This record gives sequence, C-alpha cells and structure tokens, in this order.
Amino acid sequence: MTTSGTGSWLLAALLLLPLVGAAVVVALRGNDRTAKLAALGFSVAEFVVALVSWANFEPGGARLQQSFSFDWIPAFGVHISFAIDGIALVMIAVIGLLVPLVIGAGWADKLPEGRTKGGFFSLILLEQALTVGVFAATDVFLFYVLFEIMLIPMYFLIGSYGGARRQYAAVKFFLYSFLGGLIMLASVIGCYVLAGDELGKGTFDWATLVQVVHDAPLSTQIWLFLGFFVAFAIKAPLVPVHTWLPDATAEAPIGVAVLLVGILDKVGTFGFLRYLLPMFPLASKELAPLVLVLAVAGVIYGSLLATGQRDMKRFLAYVSIAHFGFIALGIFAFSSQAMTGSVTYMINHSIATGMLILVVGMVISRGGGSSRVADYGGMAKLTPLLAGVLLIAGLSSLSLPGTNSFVSEFLVLIGSYPNAPVYTIIATVGMIFAALYVLWLYQRIMQGPLRGNALVGEEPLAGPSTGTAGGVGTLVDSAVGAKKAILDLNLREKAVLAPLILLIVGLGLFPKPVLDTVTPTVDATMCAAGLVDPVQSAERQLQCP
Amino acid sequence: MTGTMNLAAEVQQASGVASMAWLLLVLPAFGAAVLLIGGKRTDKWGHLLGSATVIAAFVYGVVLFLDTKSLGAEDRLRDVHLFDWIPVNALDVEFGLRVDPLSLTFVLLITGVGSLIHIYSIGYMSDDRNRRRFFAYLNLFVAAMLLLVLGNGFVTLYFGWEGVGLASYLLIGWYQDKDFAATAAKKAFLMNRVGDVGLALAIFIMFKTMGSTQYDVVFAQIGNQSTATVVSIGILLLLGACGKSGQFPLQAWLPDAMAGPTPVSALIHAATMVTAGVYLIARSSPLYSLPQAEDARLVVMIVGAVTLLIGCVIGCAYDDFKKVLAYSTVSQIGYMILAVGLGPAGYAFGILHLLTHGFFKAGLFLGAGSVMHGMNDEGNIRRLGGLARKMPITFVTWTLGYLALIGFPFLSGYFSKDAIIAAAFSEGGGRGWVFGGIALLGAGLTAFYMTRLLILVFLGKPRWENLKSEDGRAYHPHESGWTMTLPMIVLAVGSVGAGAILSGILPEWLTPSIGELVEEHGPLSHTLIAVLTVAISAIGAATAFVVFGRREQPVTRPARVSFPVRAARADLYGNHLNEALFARPGVWLTRFLVFVDNRGVDGLVNGIAAGLGGSSGRLRRLQTGFVRSYALSMLGGSILVIAALLMVRFA
Repeated sequence: MTTSGTGSWLLAALLLLPLVGAAVVVALRGNDRTAKLAALGFSVAEFVVALVSWANFEPGGARLQQSFSFDWIPAFGVHISFAIDGIALVMIAVIGLLVPLVIGAGWADKLPEGRTKGGFFSLILLEQALTVGVFAATDVFLFYVLFEIMLIPMYFLIGSYGGARRQYAAVKFFLYSFLGGLIMLASVIGCYVLAGDELGKGTFDWATLVQVVHDAPLSTQIWLFLGFFVAFAIKAPLVPVHTWLPDATAEAPIGVAVLLVGILDKVGTFGFLRYLLPMFPLASKELAPLVLVLAVAGVIYGSLLATGQRDMKRFLAYVSIAHFGFIALGIFAFSSQAMTGSVTYMINHSIATGMLILVVGMVISRGGGSSRVADYGGMAKLTPLLAGVLLIAGLSSLSLPGTNSFVSEFLVLIGSYPNAPVYTIIATVGMIFAALYVLWLYQRIMQGPLRGNALVGEEPLAGPSTGTAGGVGTLVDSAVGAKKAILDLNLREKAVLAPLILLIVGLGLFPKPVLDTVTPTVDATMCAAGLVDPVQSAERQLQCP
Repeated sequence: MTGTMNLAAEVQQASGVASMAWLLLVLPAFGAAVLLIGGKRTDKWGHLLGSATVIAAFVYGVVLFLDTKSLGAEDRLRDVHLFDWIPVNALDVEFGLRVDPLSLTFVLLITGVGSLIHIYSIGYMSDDRNRRRFFAYLNLFVAAMLLLVLGNGFVTLYFGWEGVGLASYLLIGWYQDKDFAATAAKKAFLMNRVGDVGLALAIFIMFKTMGSTQYDVVFAQIGNQSTATVVSIGILLLLGACGKSGQFPLQAWLPDAMAGPTPVSALIHAATMVTAGVYLIARSSPLYSLPQAEDARLVVMIVGAVTLLIGCVIGCAYDDFKKVLAYSTVSQIGYMILAVGLGPAGYAFGILHLLTHGFFKAGLFLGAGSVMHGMNDEGNIRRLGGLARKMPITFVTWTLGYLALIGFPFLSGYFSKDAIIAAAFSEGGGRGWVFGGIALLGAGLTAFYMTRLLILVFLGKPRWENLKSEDGRAYHPHESGWTMTLPMIVLAVGSVGAGAILSGILPEWLTPSIGELVEEHGPLSHTLIAVLTVAISAIGAATAFVVFGRREQPVTRPARVSFPVRAARADLYGNHLNEALFARPGVWLTRFLVFVDNRGVDGLVNGIAAGLGGSSGRLRRLQTGFVRSYALSMLGGSILVIAALLMVRFA
C-alpha cells in the first residue's frame, strides 16, 4: 500500500466509518431505538471526520491529497486507490452533513410492513460509504465499479421502503443508471487500451490516463467522451434522459429522495468535471454546444414542468432538473468563475433542495401522507413555523441574494456570459420561472383560506405520523375546522432544519471558505483541459502549475 | 461632463465615523433577526425594538451626514471595504459600502420616513396578533433598502434590490389567508424578477467588458466602451428600474400591491422602494451622461413620459382610495424617470422630486390609512365623503400633502415638479416640446384626479351614514391616536417646506455623486413655464370641482360610461395584454409539456429500454415480480455482463 501526503487515514476513516456503521446497525436492527441511535452516532462521527479532513486539506497544495492506494487486480493494473481534491472534499462534507439530518428527519417515519429502521438506516450508511468512494476514487475502473454498485442500496431503498409504485420506480431508476454505466464501461476499457498502446502497458490510474488520453485524436476522444457522457447525463440527469428522476423521487421515502437528488445525482456533474474535461479536452470543446443546448433546455423545460406538477415530490424532481441545467451550463461555459459556480451549485443545491425536500416531507407527514398539492391550502395558519421554513428553502431554491444558492447561480451566469452569451441569457430568464414555481407552491400550500382534504375534514386520513419525539408544537383549536393532529414543527424537526438554515444564510453572506477550497481544483481542471479564462485581470487570475 | 467621468479617481477609503457605516445595515437587520428568531417571546416589546433600531439608524445617519458635510466637496466620496464577498480569480465582488452625498440622501429619506412609519404602525397594527412579525418584516425592508443604496458595486445593489423585493412580497401578502393578497404578492415578485433579469444581464456585460462590477472600476472604464455596450447596459439597467419602480411596461403590479397594510404602501410602495429605479439611474449617471448613451437616455425619457401619462389617466377612473394614490405614485415616478433621463440637466431634479414626493406621498398614504382605520377599512371613495369634520387632523395634513402634490405655489411639489417640466422643455427642439408638453399635461391631470379624491373623501355629504361595512358594522368615523397623527403632522410639515429648502441646496450637495447640474434654457422662460403649470393645474382642479363637487355622487359607480373611462378602469388593458401575451400561452405550453413528458419522452425511452431488453413483454413481467427477486437477478446480471466484457477483452 502506498500513501502520499498527510491525512490518508482520514480518508480511509471516511470510507470505513459508514461501512462499519452499516454492519453494526444491521446487526442491531432487532431493537429499533438502539439501531437508530447507532446510525445517528456513526453518521455524526463521519461528519466530524469530514470536517477534520477539510481542516487538513491544503487548497493551494497538490491537487490530490490524503491519498492511499493498493493493488487490486495487478494483471490489469487495477488499483484500489483513493484521494480527494477540493471538489471531492466539499461533496464528501455535504454527504456527511446530510446523512445525520436525513436520519434525524426519518426518525419517526412509518415504514412499510415488515421493514425495520435498522435495515433502512443501514442501507443509507452503506450508500454513504459507496458515494464517498465514488467521489474519492482515483482509479477509473474502481470508479466504474463503485458507480454501478452504488445503485444497489439505492435500488433497495426505493424498491423496499418507498410509496405505492415503488417497484416500477426502482426498476426504472436501476435500468437507466445501469445502462448508462455499461456504456461508460466501454469507454473505460477504451481508455485502458489507448494507454496500453501508448505506454506499452494498460492502466486505469486516473492521473496517468489524463496524460495519455489527453493527446488522442479528436475522433477517438469523441467516442470515448460520449460513453462517459451518456452515463453522467443520465445520472445528473439532463433532459431528455431525465424521466427516471420524477418517478424515483415521487416513490422514494423523503430521506432517500434527499440522498438521491442531493448526492447521487451530483456524481453525474462531478464526472463532467473529473473525467470529461481533463481526459477529453478536444472532444469537450467540440461537443460543448451540444451540452450547452441540453443544459439550457433543462433549465427552461424543468422549470415549466415544475409549474405544471400536481404532486409535490415530482415537483421537487423537476426543480432539480432545472438546477442541473445551470450546473451543466457552468461546467461547459469554460471559465473558472462559471466552473467554481457549478461546483458550489452542487453543494448549495444539496443544502437548499435537501432542505426543501425535508420540509415538503414534513408537510406531507402532517397531511396524512398525501403529496398532492390540491390536498393542501392555507396551512400557514396552522403551522406558521413550517410555512416559514418552506419559504426559506424556497427562496434559496430561487437563488435570492443572501442565500447560498445566489452565490453559485450568480457565478455560473456571470462566468458563462463571456463565452456563451446566448445560452446565458436564456438561462437567466429561467430565474423568472424559478420565482414562479417556488411562489406558486408556497401559495398553493401555505396561503389563502384553509382548505384541502389533507387538512380539513372530519376524520384524519391516517394516524399522526409526527410529534412522537417530544414535540413542542401548538395544538390547533378545532374551531378553525382543521384536523387536530396537525402540529407545528417539533424540537427534533427544528434541530434537523436549523443547521441547514444557518448554512443557507452563512454561505450566502460569506462563501469565501468554500470558494477558496474549490477554486484551486477548478483552476487545475481548467489547466488540464487547456482552457483559458475569457476575462483576465492583471493581479488576480487563474494560475497553471 | 468630464467631472462625472473622472469620479472614480476621487473615491477614498473611509475613516472615522464613516468607517462604522455598516451599523446602518446591522441595526435594522439585528432587529429583524431578534423578532423573527425570538418568536412569540418578543410579542410584548417587538414593535418597540423594531422602531428603536430604525430610529437609531436615523440618528447615526444624521451624524454621518454632518460628518460628510464638514468635508470639502472633493473628499465626500468614500468607500468602506467590509470583506471579499464572491472572489473567484478575475472576478472580485466586494462587500463594501459607498458613503457619498447620493447614498446619504437616501439613507436620511429611508431611515427618516422609515422611523415615522414604524411609529405610525404601532398604532395602526395594534389589533393584529402578528404585529411583531410585521415589524420584523419592516426592519428587514429597511436593512435591504439601505444595502441597496449603500452598496459600492452593482452586485451589492442587486442584493439589496432583491432583498427589498422579498420584504415587499412578505408585506403585500401580509393578509395571507386572503387569496387576492397572496396573488398580488406573487405578481409583484414575478414582475420585479422580470426587471431583475435586465439588471443581472447588465452586470454580466459589465464583467465581460470591464472585468469588474464595482462602481469605481465600472465608472472609470465605461467611457472607453463601444456605443453598443453602453446603450445595452443603459437599457438593461432601465429594465431593472422599470420592474422595481412600476414603470411601463412593468407597472401593473404596483396597484395590486395595495393589498398590503397601509403603512407598507406608504413606506415601500410610495416613498422608498419604488424610487429605487430612479436611484439606479442617478447612480449610473457616469454611464447615462456619456455621449454614447444618447439613445439609452431617450428610451429612459420615453418610458418616463409614457408612464406618467398612464398613471394620470388610470388614476382619474379608479374608486379605490389607495389604488388612486398608487397610480399617482406610478405617474410621479414617471416624472422622476423622465428627469433622470434628461441627463445632467435633470438628475438633481429627479432626486429632488423623489424626496419631496417621499414626504407628501407618504403623508397622503398615512392619511388614507387613518381614514380607513376609522371607517372599518372601507377603501371605496364612493362610500366615504364629508369626513373633514370627523377627522380634522387627518383632513388638514392630507390637504397639505394634496396641495404639495398638485404643485400649489411654494409648497414642495411646486419646486420639484416645475423644475422637471422646465428641464424637459429645455431639452430643446421637437423632443423638448413633446416631453415638456406631456409633463405639463400630466400636471393638469394630476390636479384633476387628486381634487376628485379630496372631494369624494373629505368634502360633500357623508354618503356612509346609511351604509354598513362588509362585515355588517355601521360606520363610526373617528380621529386616530397620536402615534398615527404625529407622523402625519411631521410629513405634512415636510410637504410644505421641504421643496423650498431642498431646491436651494440639493443640486450642489449632490454634485460630487452625480455631477454638476447643467442648466439649459429652452424656448420658454422658466417663469412662463411656472405660470403655465400653475394655470393648468388650476384648470384641472377646477374641472374636478365642477364635475364632482357640485352634485351628489352615487354610492355605486356608474356602469355605463364612455370608452376612455372603461379603458382607464381596466388599467388601460395592461393586465389583459400580459394575460394574453404571457400567462395564457405559458399555461398552455406547460400543460402540453407535462403531457409530452409523461407520454412522449418517457415512452420513447421506455421503448428503447424494452427493445434493448429483448421485448417489451419481458419488461412488463419484470415489473410484476417481487422487488428482491429481480433486484438480485439484476445484480447477478450486472456481474455477468462485467465479467463477460472483461473476458472477451482480456482472455
């Protein structure tokens, strides 16, 4: 085993902790409470380690840090090797943040017949370990394997714990992603062969492959590019290969939807940055218009579709599709500002949309499980705090200045404008749609007179599914005509949302720590792809090593 | 002209009192945060904290003003660097403040009128269970508005710009269980966002062409840019101004915004936020003063002139007290936009009118609020009448505001509005006649619709005596308490005296920020224009007396009226146009896309997937079994595929 730099043990711990956690929690699944506490403990520990890892990371240092590697299949030059750069680091930190919150949010949720909390949380921890692996892998074959294996716990999380049409959604999710992965495998092998021709011995080592494939002729690059691109575009997802996401989000339990949209999808855009640009610079430039068209189409298409949804969870999926359009735009507009914007968009979207999904989950659990928009109305009267947090999450989703998402959307757009003005103008118009769909949802659910089957009526649709953990919500007087079971946020829910609100405002006002971590890696990506910033400044500009 | 273009070189780093300028943002923001996070625990004293923070900001603003005034004119442009907000390589968005005569003028207006309206709201909102939250939102607004005018770059301005939009959204939708209030709030935010897109694009172009979004760099380099760049930035900034300031074609949200509580209408939708567009153009004077910006300025003037007419015409036909005042605001801001569109000959007059308007329009709204407070929230002027004796303080203060607005000689509006009309005539040539003529005509119409309001609300016979309000109560009009009348009195004093005082000192005070006032003389002498304006206003007012004052007005509005009145009642079809051009096609497009997404795209991909899987029958069978079984088979399958691929390649 070889290591380089300091802190390799930190990365190893980041990979192993959730894995061990998954095993422990599944072993404890007989006792609900112990299993839940163990899961929470492991996930919090993982987050702490992620923060320590961030503290040990030197933004100005080598691109790949805290690395370690050992042989896996020597015959094919396959290694198990992991390392982090600035982008992987912030993604791992966001996963570390979201998992304990997801566990906290799902603490009191009802599961389908015969399922245990232990099994559920254990799968979530397993998924976390695999996702950390995907972001940290520096062997392309290892990346591919983790990319595919990652689907399996998610498949079970949707298929076993989800809503009524969960099986259809799980299969659809799996088929799409798996198919994309297989196409990528062809390209991975292609790269191996290229390296073999060039170096005399094939390799899957990412850093070496970047050097080798980098110089391949355009036609070869295009084929290899497309293989990776299809997999990443499905994962992200870009229009038109997005249709699995609304189904998967609608059927997944809320916490799983957070992980799916907040983390798993980011593997796609992460792949754009880590694999497409540095390995296939010629093809990236050649095919950039194609990606830009898909990106901008996604912004407008996703926004319009979001306004037309009748189901809150499907709404969330389309909102995300619009946001992924912005991320893709920023990556393929080829400026360090836009690219940094895209990377921060990836984490800010996890935080903002993650919170939006959690809050919508809290709405749904109060409405007896209905996710139909029409079943709600005027809820702010009953649950003013819940209305407030929905609005905060929504405002972040529409990129209001002062929230974290503004910083990233602004960077994407201002950075994209010099190279891709037309695309940027269309995407900027998307800002209006964002305001439309967010305020539309808020108005339908929270404002106006109290209405909707989920809130008003004689009999509750289902038993109260919240408030079992010592809630401090206020009981609504029956004079309003509302169901008695509807309480405002309880202490546990406040604890889950408070860190997200702090980050939304904190990173909106002072994003510098994140920008300073991410920008050097973005610069390295730009340099590896042979890209130059369109707007230069005498004192401050992109430095290539 | 050159004076304004070299501004950038003169900006200095602030020290002393000015280096604490962040207090202006932190004070109201702190109030908002405490009230929002503290929740019900702060119900008892929340309104006091909210008012105190804004009054404290006003006091600090006065200190800062005196400090700046003690400096020489050339030292009055100061920047306060706080921190790097969004730094990425060549882009460096700074979080900093610009303390100069222009921003300080606005600081005093915002915190001054803001303080008065906070005090007024203590009484006005005393019956509202959520009064504390109301004050939190008001504080949030003050903080955002101060950031808008104090920021030292276009991105900090944009931050404040959307921040006031949020506060406005929250406050318009204050009565959120009423559908129309929620809809009006959403409409305001959306139409503002349309303008914001323009502002955002202007910022993007600045970064591309000049590498920065900070005022100092942009204003130093704008002179070297091509005409196309200057004109496009100028027009995009104007689009932003149209959204925020309710200018044509984005004016339709402002009257609907009257769904909010009246103090909100006075502070946000009359005195401060809606004038942000005028601030933006005056702040960007180094751009608009350029010879290359000629076309952009012409568009600004056209927008201002068209809007001022639209506002007047619609204002004549409405029966809702606050909506008439709202259209009056639209129209008066049209005057200001027209003024700043005139360039160096008009910037100072635009700001002057903005300040005097801040006094008298806020006073008029507070008077309207006082009337409605005493009349069971009745806002239909046909159901009012004869209230002068019941509410003497409200009547007198309101009448002073009214006289100031219609330009009664030597009251505030006389100085500011006449100056704009004169400057418009001085533009010279055909343009001068057209814009000057429109501005003059507007003055007559303004006198007409305002006199109509005065007659229907305060004079004539009380038409409410035999009526009941919507909730079935009889009307018992009464004068409001001192927290409400005091701010009205202060504003009335301002309506009377502000114009005379400010018109003498303002142009010179503002020179370091917006350049020297260039006085030009057109075909008509200023004295003649003043006489003409007063005469036309008098004709307008007299006509209103003849039409509305001499006979009793019906309680329900006449249904059969001539086409111009019908058109004016329908907002000159602005909403119909928006509906037909954007809303309906948007809805249909969305429905179509939802259909396509569910059938077409999905079907296509499903079909391909099924085809690859062998047959669609297999896919269907796959979807009926147990999850676990086909998950396992899939895992097995994937391992097989990987193994197979590897073996084929490496065997």
